[in-house]
Formats: sequence, C-alpha cells, structure tokens
Amino acid sequence: MMEKMIFGRYVPAESILHRMDPRSKLIIVFLFVCVVFLANNLWTYAILTIYTFLMAGLSKIPPRFLIGGLKPVLWLVLFTFFLHLFLTKEGELIFELGWLKIYEGGLRQGIFISMRFFLLILVTSLLTLTTTPIEITDGLEHLMGPLKRLKFPVHELALMMSISLRFIPTLMQETDKIMKAQTARGVEYTSGPVKDRLKAIVPLLIPLFISSFKRAEELAVAMEARGYRGGEGRTKYRQLHWAAADTLMILLLAAVTVLLILFRG
Amino acid sequence: MDISLKNVEYRYQNNTPFERLAISDVSINIESGQYLAIIGHTGSGKSTVLQHLNALLKPTKGTVWIGNREIRAGRKEKNLKEVRQKVGIVFQFPEHQLFEETVEKDICFGPQNFGVSEEEAKRRAKEAIKQVGLHEEILSKSPFDLSGGQMRRVAIAGVLAMEPECIVLDEPTAGLDPRGRKEIMDLFYRLHRENHVATVLVTHSMEDAARYADEIVIMHKGRVQKKGTPYEIFSVPEDLLELGLDVPEVVRFQLKLEKAFNVKFGKICLTAEELTDAVADYLRGGTPK
Repeated sequence: MMEKMIFGRYVPAESILHRMDPRSKLIIVFLFVCVVFLANNLWTYAILTIYTFLMAGLSKIPPRFLIGGLKPVLWLVLFTFFLHLFLTKEGELIFELGWLKIYEGGLRQGIFISMRFFLLILVTSLLTLTTTPIEITDGLEHLMGPLKRLKFPVHELALMMSISLRFIPTLMQETDKIMKAQTARGVEYTSGPVKDRLKAIVPLLIPLFISSFKRAEELAVAMEARGYRGGEGRTKYRQLHWAAADTLMILLLAAVTVLLILFRG
Repeated sequence: MDISLKNVEYRYQNNTPFERLAISDVSINIESGQYLAIIGHTGSGKSTVLQHLNALLKPTKGTVWIGNREIRAGRKEKNLKEVRQKVGIVFQFPEHQLFEETVEKDICFGPQNFGVSEEEAKRRAKEAIKQVGLHEEILSKSPFDLSGGQMRRVAIAGVLAMEPECIVLDEPTAGLDPRGRKEIMDLFYRLHRENHVATVLVTHSMEDAARYADEIVIMHKGRVQKKGTPYEIFSVPEDLLELGLDVPEVVRFQLKLEKAFNVKFGKICLTAEELTDAVADYLRGGTPK
C-alpha cells in the first residue's frame, strides 16, 4: 500500500554516488541545505537546478522511479507555490479576478520557494537512495566523533538511529500484514467516510504497538546474549574509506557555491 | 459460491525498480463445499494466491471470480465488503490481529463491521468460542492475558463469527504444539463437513493435505505445477521429490514396505488407518486392494 514511497529507501546500483564515502555525502547534503538559501535570482536557481539534476543523473536511479516517488511531496510543493502566489503582495499587479489578485512578486516568490523546496527534497532523497541506512549512521557516528569529548553519547545515538532505521521496513511489512488482516474482517482503509477511516486506525495501531514492544524486548535480550555492553572498546566491521572522488565532489559543491555568490543579485 | 482464478498474474510493486513477479498464469477453481489444499515451498506464491481469494490483492493480469463478482486486472474495485464477508481469511499467526479490550468485543468486531447487530454478534461470539474449544468465561477476559494457543483460537473464532461461506487458512497451525495442531485442523474439518464451508488450506504439511483435502494444488515458482486428488498427487511421489517436496510419512512408509517385501498394495494409502487395513488384508492372505 506504501509501495511507491521512496523516503528512507535504498536502491542498490553501481554509481559514483553509491560508492562515495557516507561522510562526504552527509557533508555535501548538509552544505547544500545551507547553500540553497544563497540563490535569489534566475541564474542562481538555474545553477542549483543543473547541479541537482547532474547529481540525480550520476546516481543512476531510474528517473521515472524518482519522479513517481516524489509525487506525494509534489502536492506540498504546489501548496507552497499557491500560498506564496496568493499571499505575497509585492511588485506589479499582473492578474486580477474578483478578490483574487496576483502580484509579480508573488509569482516570483512562489516559483523560487517551491523550486528551493523541490531541490532540497530531491537532494536529501538522493542521499538516502544511494546510501544504506547503516552507512549513514556509520558516517554520522564518525562525523559526530569530536562530540564524545563533551560526554555526548554519540555511539548510543548512532545505535538508536540504526536500530530504528533497520526496523522501518519490518514495521511497514507488519503494518501491511495487519491492515490486510483487519481488511479481511471488514475494515475499510482505502474508501468510505473519513470518520470511519480514522476509527479504523485503532485496530491497526494497537497490534503494531504490542508487536513493537515485544520485538524491542527480544532484541535487547539477543544483544545482551551476544555480549553487547555499549560502545566502549567495540571494533568496527565496516571501515570507511575517503577516496579522491569524495574530495572532488566536495570541491564541485564548493565551486557551485562560489558561482552562486558571484551570480546572486 | 464458487471462486475461480483465471490466468492470474501478480507483480509486487508494479512499475518500480523493486518489481517482482510473484505468480503468473495461475488458474484455480474452488467449488462451493470443497476442501482444497495449496502446497509448495516458501516463496512459491501460495500466500499471494490466497490474498486474491477475497480481493486483498487485485491481479495485475487475468480475472478473479468470487461468486458472481468479477475482479479484473486494471479496474478500480469498490464495495468489496460483501466479498470479504463471504470469504474469511485466517492469516498466519492470526493472534497478531487481536486488539480489543475483551475477547468478546474482538470476536464481535468482524461481524459488526459487516452490519450484524450487537446481540446477534454476541450470540455468534458465544457460539464461535465454543467451536474453537474454549470456555465461555474467556469472553470477558482481555485477549492479551491469554496463552499463545488460546489467542490463536480467539483470533480464529473472530473469523468464524463472520459466518463466511468459504474459509481460507494460511498455515493455521504454525507454531502450535502437536495436540493443538490436531484440534485446530479437526475443527476446520468438522466445519467443512457439517456446514459445507468451502475451505482452502495453504500448508507445508503433506500430512494435513493428504488427510483433509479433496483436491491438492502444487505451486512452484509462482505457477501451478500440478493439480489433482490426494491419491493422484501422492501416487507419483517422484514428481514431488523432484520439486523438493515431501510425501506424507505414511506414503513413504508404504513405498519402503512395498520395496522391502517386493509386494504391491495396489493403491496409495494416505492415512495410517488405510495402510493398516491394507497391510492386514495382505497378511490375512486376501488379495491386496
């Protein structure tokens, strides 16, 4: 039922983006989120868009799948667009129909902001699409390493993250299974009045909660049985390797940043 | 009410990079009052077939007839409730679907969704709890205070209370002890015999398939590999062994016996009782049947 969702999903493929070090990908995404706000005119947005599409191309994720998966967010993007279109009252009046007034500033704002939104979503999705959850947490643990000196529980946090990421698909499967079981007992999840559909959530959530608690307990026991005692003295099975491509990719983003600063109005 | 699948194909996550063909060109007919067993390996498509029987999944190709309702690939289907009332599914580990405060409420949940009045639902709950071999007192307990086996029975009672015309069972005895296993299987068989409820059993157990089913369908790699009565299926054990499936213990024993003593009993015996009779007849010197 949630088959088309692409958030938090990893698509295996052979591409530069897949092979990159998760640390460099995380740094790039973090920087990109900041850099996006530098764009404020046609040229700068064009540069950002080209960069994003280049990255999407490099990822070798089928474009049809990428676009299909982004569809649910597209509504949010459109909503932002119309919000700005109707509510910003700047510049020349370009369209009027009764109470509906559209200003030039509104149109610009609408396009730019929704574009910004779209690019952000695309780039962050590319991160999760090309990096396994376990790599992401490894990368984060490394990047947050210095915080350990401040007694920040980096390892525990990374572990919590990887556990929750690990169980997302399991939870989805479980949701699907229980949904089907209740559907077979006459619950309607996909049609019928909203009130009934809201009510239908109870027979779904309670079983989910119960099985999640059970699973958490089982996992804790299994970990203890295998001698888990926290991060102290634990060695790593997966080693991270920083390659030339990683440095290059960061330099590419730096170049884009310089261009943005030069061209921004 | 008959259910029939005609050239059904189903792909999971159709049109994505995760697309996976689960079943193809599956045609199965389930007549009213029949007991059909579907056997096959894990991943052979059994569970996918089962979910087509009350339109939980809609085929990506082909048609499914449930009574006089047609469910065809590529068409939006509405009002499937009627179909779902007629075909009750007991999923694997059905105890995971329990959620109400009391057992009674949980059993009444299904019937009430299909518009049955509260009193009638309660009456059915009482009847169903007895059918699954539990005490009426349990009705007022919380389902989460029960043992695993009891929870399983309560969940089954919840499906029985819908009074479906056809019951679909997905490994209903997985994880039960041998006695609980037999009791549950006998319960469904009784329902089938006495109330003429059509039953579809998806199972790994050749013994159960041999003992209860009128007809057996063997699934292999998403296709129907073979169809026939238990006698037809198990009389050619080579075919099953080739697919990596087993034959019932009784059959294996008979085959070894026949080989060791160089005799032929003339037919394949599916239960210990049948085999005993055949052996007894032979020992008495009568002609083997």
